[in-house]
Amino acid sequence: MLEKYLKKRLKEKPILLMTHIVVGYPSFEASMDLVKEMVKAGVDLMELQIPFSEPIADGPVILRANQTALERGATVEKCLEFAAKAAGEFQIPFLIMTYYNILYRYGVNSFVSRMADTGLKGAIIADLPPEEGSEYLNTMRAHDLSSVPIFSPTTTSERMAYLNGFAHGFIYCVARKGVTGAQTAFSESLDDYLKRCRSASSLPLAVGFGVSCKSDVDYLSGKADIAVIGTQTLRIMEKDGVEAVGKFVSELRP
Amino acid sequence: MEQRGYYGRYGGAFIPEILVSTFDELVSAFEEAKSDPSFWQEYEEIMHTYSGRPTPITYAENLTRHFGGARIFIKREDLNHTGAHKANNVMGQGLLVKRMGKSRVIAETGAGQHGVATATMAAKYGLACTIYMGETDVLRQRPNVFWMERLGAKVVPVTDGSRILKDAINEAFRDWVSNMDNTHYVLGTACGPHPYPEMVSWFQSIIGREARKQILALAGKLPTRVYACVGGGSNALGIFNGFMNDPVELVGAEAAGKGLHSGKHASRIASGDGSPGVAQGYKTYFLQNNDGQMKETHSVAAGLDYVGVSPILASLGESGRVRFTGATDKEVIDALRLTMKTEGLIPALESAHAFAQAFKEAPGLSGDDIILINQSGRGDKDIFTVADAFDDPHWKTFIRKKAEAYHA
Ligand SMILES: Cc1ncc(COP(=O)(O)O)c(C=O)c1O
Repeated sequence: MLEKYLKKRLKEKPILLMTHIVVGYPSFEASMDLVKEMVKAGVDLMELQIPFSEPIADGPVILRANQTALERGATVEKCLEFAAKAAGEFQIPFLIMTYYNILYRYGVNSFVSRMADTGLKGAIIADLPPEEGSEYLNTMRAHDLSSVPIFSPTTTSERMAYLNGFAHGFIYCVARKGVTGAQTAFSESLDDYLKRCRSASSLPLAVGFGVSCKSDVDYLSGKADIAVIGTQTLRIMEKDGVEAVGKFVSELRP
Repeated sequence: MEQRGYYGRYGGAFIPEILVSTFDELVSAFEEAKSDPSFWQEYEEIMHTYSGRPTPITYAENLTRHFGGARIFIKREDLNHTGAHKANNVMGQGLLVKRMGKSRVIAETGAGQHGVATATMAAKYGLACTIYMGETDVLRQRPNVFWMERLGAKVVPVTDGSRILKDAINEAFRDWVSNMDNTHYVLGTACGPHPYPEMVSWFQSIIGREARKQILALAGKLPTRVYACVGGGSNALGIFNGFMNDPVELVGAEAAGKGLHSGKHASRIASGDGSPGVAQGYKTYFLQNNDGQMKETHSVAAGLDYVGVSPILASLGESGRVRFTGATDKEVIDALRLTMKTEGLIPALESAHAFAQAFKEAPGLSGDDIILINQSGRGDKDIFTVADAFDDPHWKTFIRKKAEAYHA
């Protein structure tokens, strides 16, 4: 489902954009305004991060956004209602991004059914390798939702093939070591890594971690299918407000 | 990677993909070491010559008389170099680091004991060393911060989250995902993703192996009960492992803080407030809300002030093999006061939880019974906290004068 949509869009654009927000940060209202701005600016799909108190894969900017959202009363219920509303109102695909405990506590089955019922298209779970995720993976498949696996530069080609066996929709390729938010050197070693990703999977490749400006997106055009902008939009929103984010996103592609 | 490291329903390895190959490397280094008898020999040798093992068992004659019940014996992990059982795990992992050829170590620390032990190991083996420590703990365990820095480690105060042990663990993971090529993460307790729970309790099992032999030699019989405090669970598993297959009751004392039903504690099992969850890479009992967000914890002892607990202990608690109880901050200070006055021993605030629990139960046992308490560490590091708890006037005067001398 998602794969088909992405491949169709890729016929029209050289590279797609996926953006990210932390739901409930700085408030639920502002989060919805952000979604509106991003959709208007032409993003092709979005990750909605449900905040978690222990986000070990996230760097300081997203970590603090998680904390602040929780302090201001973000609950899983409110985040799911928000996601349902976004998916109902806007025509692009929305995915949930979070950590496994959120699903585990909610009940994996109920969480996935709820995602399906409210029009969400898939999920990215930062701390759930397939070895631990059989219940999740089976339920996602049963509901025709995309479980997006993560490749990293330290993933062997053999393991990429293994992960690809569980993949639906697209592959999330982490551009470098480290957590979200730090700089990435877009260089030859990244090219080699993306070639390895490409030969391991026929699904579209999304590249995230450190993609922060137009030249990064340009660099990725032709090498990957989706550029993922995470921390940078948060920084811009914190500094210049929601509208500035729309302007920034709309200028990322020619 | 395969699904592994489960103890009943608990454990596993819930790790971001970027760390999978690092964990695979660690698992195979550990498996190799475990099946190589010369590794354990080398480990015992270094613990003997560097850390003073075997640590003795002391008969606490005065405490025994004071309570008039069971005979009380104390396993003296405080006599390790750096003053706690933490050295056992750290030197073991240090040998693995040498085998893996890494040049840098990182660690989290709560009480600072694990940080100090890691800093000494790094100094001895010529490794670069960074220690993550919650800002709250930096303040309450200042003497250990001083020693870590003097030993050449960089101490990074963690200002995110609740600013205690769990937050230091998160930061150590964040460092590790960037620097795994040359860096090993020396996790300090029997928690986290596989292989840490198994590996840390394997190194700590040196406590129980010694203790079983020693108590048989000293008292001619096995103890009725063995007491240990439970933070992450490493000293408890270390001593319990020696008696797992014996008819010995194993008792874990968690931090009951201001009371098991006060909401202000760090008792994941005994309070009934904990529930199964997945965080920091493993599945266990956590103090969390219905959404799965971790709660704030409280204990007078930084080393017990943690939201999770070893998955091995979660499983042993569920099966009933280990009984969990809690000691309050106040009971702990009283136990510390009594132990100092009667035996001249200074347990760490963490260890004093095991003492406090044993003291509650000793009078109910008979003179034929033996109880063995694991004194996981010494209390010197707690000088500021204990001085406050005792409201010590001479200490306050001293601090005031010292501040004046620094023109503070
Ligand atoms: C002296 C001492 N005892 C006990 C603990 C608790 O850890 P664990 O439960 O892993 O033994 C600590 C932790 O810092 C400690 O320093």
